[in-house]
Amino acid sequence: MRLHIKNVSHSYDQVEALRDIDFGIEPGEVVALIGPSGCGKSTLLSIIGGLLKPTSGEVLMCDQAKPEGCLNPLTYVFQDFALLPWRTVAGNISLVLEDHPLSKAERAARIDEVLAQTNLSDFANAYPKQLSGGMKQRVGIARALAVRPAVLLMDEPLSALDAQTRILLLDEFSDLFARTGMTAVYVTHNLNEAVRLAHKVVALRRRPGTIKEIHTIDVPIKDRHEGMPELIAHEQALWALIRDEAIAADKELDHVA
Amino acid sequence: MSRDVEQGAPASLVRFRATGFNPKSNPVAAWASFVVVIALWQLGSSTGFISELAMPSPVAVAKALWQLIVSGDLWLHLGASLQRLVGGWIMGTVAGLVVGFLVGMFTWARSPGVALVSALFPIPKIALLPLFIIWFGIGEPSKFATIAFGVFFPTVINTFGGVDNVQRNLIRMGQSFDLPMWSVIRKIILPGALPTILSGFRISSSIAIILLIAAEMIGAQYGIGALILAAGNLYQTDQLIAGVVVLSLMGLCVSWLLGRLDRWLLGWR
Repeated sequence: MRLHIKNVSHSYDQVEALRDIDFGIEPGEVVALIGPSGCGKSTLLSIIGGLLKPTSGEVLMCDQAKPEGCLNPLTYVFQDFALLPWRTVAGNISLVLEDHPLSKAERAARIDEVLAQTNLSDFANAYPKQLSGGMKQRVGIARALAVRPAVLLMDEPLSALDAQTRILLLDEFSDLFARTGMTAVYVTHNLNEAVRLAHKVVALRRRPGTIKEIHTIDVPIKDRHEGMPELIAHEQALWALIRDEAIAADKELDHVA
Repeated sequence: MSRDVEQGAPASLVRFRATGFNPKSNPVAAWASFVVVIALWQLGSSTGFISELAMPSPVAVAKALWQLIVSGDLWLHLGASLQRLVGGWIMGTVAGLVVGFLVGMFTWARSPGVALVSALFPIPKIALLPLFIIWFGIGEPSKFATIAFGVFFPTVINTFGGVDNVQRNLIRMGQSFDLPMWSVIRKIILPGALPTILSGFRISSSIAIILLIAAEMIGAQYGIGALILAAGNLYQTDQLIAGVVVLSLMGLCVSWLLGRLDRWLLGWR
């Protein structure tokens, strides 16, 4: 499915968060949204998935191409996991399937399939509080995969995790994108994640959030690995791009406090 | 920069400072405290230090209680009380849950609901019993109404507080997966609000017991409240205290049941 973000602007009360954002997300493409805090990247992601109504502009699904068995074309993975603490791992995944006309066997098959994909098969009956942060986010991924999304919308999925877990999950995401050719929008403030996962990096500037540059990374995702000179060069280029903005953001937070 | 000035002094131990402020439970001490209080009480009565008329001895109370059990009067009174308690509490709770959910979820119900509840909550509900007697007669309905009314308001307040406390990100998650509204309510909001609702049950059940006894003292033939009042009028303090003991046991049972309910419904915590 191709998405077109068309002239999207958004204001919270007096603050203009986004202005005239316009770009496309091609099928099979991973787009990273980066920028300093307060540039509106999470706001933009909420608008893309229909969780926030933009002040003006619109998001268009340009075609109805969906994976087979797709139940929820635009599917989120949340920074804070958003798991129901009263449901087990399998129950949390079941939650998003229960309201669809699937037979019990089909539902169970989907749950088993995504648990296997995320290496969670042994944890099907565990409760979220028993899991580490990394495991919780794997459940978040499994839940999203269970509805066979056309576009995966990931809101800083690694930000709540410790550094080691982040490395492990980053590799898993990279595998997932390389293997499935999933279309995704990935919000992050971590440039390393962006250059490892994205075909296209949209750098936003702040106050108001506008597109500063769209940076393309041509290396196929499956060929990328940590410490690759080409990726480091991309990362440095991106940092040069947003460094001044990040400094300004840092200073401004000082004033607010 | 700080710099150590004294050198060459003998080594000294670092003292452990994080003591206290960490009470632990001790079931033996809990039971022992009952035994000690009852023993002291019996001792006071036996030695004549406590007048038998003002405060009968534990043995006398136990005898009175036994009398009530064998004569069958206790079951008559207890049965009447439990019927009122359970009936009134369930009516008030069901109504309170419904209104609480509406107030917690819908803008149209929010402000009117909160305003009315805030205005009516502080009224001591027993003050309305005479009115309920005029409306419903001296029989059971007026007692049910008093208890239900008393239970209704704290239940509303707790329920909408619980609904307010459900994490917004969970609701948004449900919406992002296109769950129908009924599923969001049943699978996300209801279980999310349940801990607060259940702790509200503890408050509402104790209010229900208070109102039950007050209502029975105002006008009832049977019931623990009526039993206590009648015993007091006849200076039968042993029977009076026996009634109070039954009330205490009833309170304990209710709290035990609610504890079981907690563990059953909130096992995931």
